[in-house]
Amino acid sequence: MKLIAIQKLLNATILTGKELLDHLEVKMICGSDLISDVLSFTKERSLLLTGLTNPQIIRAAEMIDLCGIVFVRGKRPGDDVIRMARERKIPLLVTELPLFESCGVLYNAGLPGCSGLSLATGGDKSVAAPRPS
Amino acid sequence: MEGNNFTTAGEAASRVKRTLQKLGIDSALIRRVSIATYEAEMNIVIHAEYGKIVLQVDAGGVTVLAEDRGKGIPDLNQAMTAGFSTASDRARAMGFGAGMGLPNIKKCTDQLEIDTQVNVGTKVVMKFTYPTTS
Repeated sequence: MKLIAIQKLLNATILTGKELLDHLEVKMICGSDLISDVLSFTKERSLLLTGLTNPQIIRAAEMIDLCGIVFVRGKRPGDDVIRMARERKIPLLVTELPLFESCGVLYNAGLPGCSGLSLATGGDKSVAAPRPS
Repeated sequence: MEGNNFTTAGEAASRVKRTLQKLGIDSALIRRVSIATYEAEMNIVIHAEYGKIVLQVDAGGVTVLAEDRGKGIPDLNQAMTAGFSTASDRARAMGFGAGMGLPNIKKCTDQLEIDTQVNVGTKVVMKFTYPTTS
């Protein structure tokens, strides 16, 4: 799904990267407020939904080639964070929806999470965690 | 890098990533190196007094050394356990302290050596091999 469609679904405000929203294709979603979990479980072409607004979230996004970040609960990062994202061509959006509801909207719209697990297939916890691709 | 300096934290990992991109290294390998290096750098910033990151690229693969002066790791097995963390409240408020740093590093590396001494410091050597072309 294109990032522009996600922006509309979440009625999100665009902080930076407006020119990229039409082009970026989002494959899956990660919702987390823990940086190591984001680094560990997120795959390429993922969109991150988070309440973290400090500069380290941009650093983490850069490391794993996220295709954008949506700040939930109406949380808005500082200008320094927006500037960092602009320099790295990482789109930033803000939605008033909390994390759970935002994830629900996108899941309902057909976007999967990053785990590759589903209850339909037994939610097998014994499946080895894949290496970051 | 300095302990507790969250302003510049992540710059070394960012530089490592850019350098590997310039060298035309495989992108999946760059991702693994980037994640492991960032985690190692944040470990230095969160837990140590100061430290350094050294990148070495040669025909055999990519090696990243993360070495610090600091309190060391008293129980390495415990530190390698997913979920265990001694991060400060300040670090936790920024989204760190999930207790996934060293487990993440282990997952991303092909070979990991950790040499640590309490009240002296920690040396982490992370080795990554190039993907085999078939």
